[in-house]
Amino acid sequence: MEVAIFVLFAALSVGFAIVVVAHPHPVKSTMSMVVVLFCLAVLFVLLGAPFVAALQVLVYTGAILVLFLFVLMLLNIGRERAAHATQPAQRWVALIGAAFFAGFLGMLLWRTHGPDTLDALTPDYLSIHRLSWELFTTWLLPFELVGLLLLVAVVAAYAMARAPQPGEMTPPQAGALPAAAAAEGAEGGGDAA
Amino acid sequence: MSVELLATLAKYFAWVIALLGLLAPVMVWVERRGMALIQDRRGPNRVGPFGLIQPLADVLKFIFKEEIVPTAADRTIYLLGPILALVPALTTFVVIPMAPDLVLKSGLRIPMVVVDGDVGVLLFLSLSSLGVYSLVCSGYGSNNKYSQLGAIRASAQLISYELALGMAILAVLLPVGSFKLADVVAYQQQHGWNVLLQLPGFLVFLVASFAETNRLPFDLPEAESELVSGYNTEYGSMKWALFYSAEYVNMASLGALMSTLYFGGWSLPGVTLPNSWLGVLAGGAILGAKVLFWMAFFVWVRFTFPRFRYDQLMRLGWKVLLPIALLTLLGVAILVVAKVY
Amino acid sequence: MTVPIAWYMVLAAVLFSIGTVGALTRRNGITIFLSIELMLNAVNLLILSYARLLGDQAGQVIVFFVLAVAAAEAAIGLALFIAVYRLRRTIDVNRLNLLRW
Repeated sequence: MEVAIFVLFAALSVGFAIVVVAHPHPVKSTMSMVVVLFCLAVLFVLLGAPFVAALQVLVYTGAILVLFLFVLMLLNIGRERAAHATQPAQRWVALIGAAFFAGFLGMLLWRTHGPDTLDALTPDYLSIHRLSWELFTTWLLPFELVGLLLLVAVVAAYAMARAPQPGEMTPPQAGALPAAAAAEGAEGGGDAA
Repeated sequence: MSVELLATLAKYFAWVIALLGLLAPVMVWVERRGMALIQDRRGPNRVGPFGLIQPLADVLKFIFKEEIVPTAADRTIYLLGPILALVPALTTFVVIPMAPDLVLKSGLRIPMVVVDGDVGVLLFLSLSSLGVYSLVCSGYGSNNKYSQLGAIRASAQLISYELALGMAILAVLLPVGSFKLADVVAYQQQHGWNVLLQLPGFLVFLVASFAETNRLPFDLPEAESELVSGYNTEYGSMKWALFYSAEYVNMASLGALMSTLYFGGWSLPGVTLPNSWLGVLAGGAILGAKVLFWMAFFVWVRFTFPRFRYDQLMRLGWKVLLPIALLTLLGVAILVVAKVY
Repeated sequence: MTVPIAWYMVLAAVLFSIGTVGALTRRNGITIFLSIELMLNAVNLLILSYARLLGDQAGQVIVFFVLAVAAAEAAIGLALFIAVYRLRRTIDVNRLNLLRW
């Protein structure tokens, strides 16, 4: 039963990951990513981490990918233009390189941990009580730092994404060199942020 | 097939039949007659006595109406919208306890929750956060200005109010010390209903649940008079019926969660229910009555208050509800640490 | 029969390499970003497999932090894309080449 669930969700995640990477339309890529993350959440549950699985769905699928979709809709990003796309030769090299990479890494992990046997899942390992105890005692400093990081990220994201205030950013001039105008604009935006 | 697996399936299907099969059609009638009552008119009264067969007529209409997919719409994403509305809606209620544990004659104790894990409410929050995708996909896939606007507003609204909802839930869970809703009910059996002790948190939860289900006064994503119909402009017949039923099931799930967190769930103060089939039926009936009350309350509020404008909505979510929820959480935490609570 | 832990690790390796291909071959900035998130998730899976193997819950705590940092990174990255789009009207990384030779 556990093997069946693993095989099903592993196959789904690999399949949809390939769609994420290969599909020209970014919105369909993002929706496929939703499926991948959900399948990964199921695999997390199989690995005895239900809390992390719930957080994965809540934070990653429920917030981060919504943010992706939001930005895609806001900027109205469509399909990738077929012209100047990657050459078939480039794509084949990438695929073969990826296959080698996956094979090498997979073989390494298989050889190292193939014969390992797992202890049974204890209720202690599954308990949120012990996880939160560790989080708030051993890992208290990283926890507070991550909170600070999130605060900084929120402020920075707001500062970067808001409409430029008057005098903050100059649009590229028509006659000037594109490099100079863009550099001036980026610098003006950087100074104000 | 072990007994536990059978019991889990039976509990899940009981929930689905109760919510999707019984409650949704009844709510169609309640909403339209309630709307009429509040607006001082009659409402549907042609089909059957008091219009009681109106939901059946609606379903027949939905089944026989022509299914249209707009030509310029992105077909996959367009069709994904209603599906993504109903599927998360049908998964969120699995952590809500229906009744006291059932002790069979063989001595086996079956908890009356579909998913009895330690994650509890966290699972509810994570699955309900998937509901945003239906709005986003249907708005984007419809290739329609109004739908797109509705989708953008809806996604921003939902993720903003999810925060306040989560904080209010956390404030309830702090004294209980567990994510499991069965523990919350047991706590309330001992200490009285949570609403009395956590009134600000309850008010935050109530307002946020209106925003989470896209009900007036927060229904800007589907505002009929402003956005044509928001994200479900281009949807007709069965697809729209899916949206509609998903909305009702979501309302019922949130109503059940509200009853469990703040009003004792399946328990009544001073009444101990037996751990038998009678207890299961009684507990289910009590929870059902509370859910029905909240559904009627949702309908009542819908036709009493005007709609929030988008900027007022966002301001309320971030500048009013979230600070109140955080302060409640802080206050409860201080009281719990001081061993007063 | 329980699933051998090596299966999870090989799956993580496969997902990681798929993400790498995406990050290196795509032109749309947001899809590159998505592939990077895929790589992060593959690493999460690997960390959790090791935590399960060693019976230590510290792995779950680390994954929790990785999740939070990924959220922060996503927020800032997308804000950057919005700002760049406002200036250059494109997020095609072949055209955002001011820092190139």
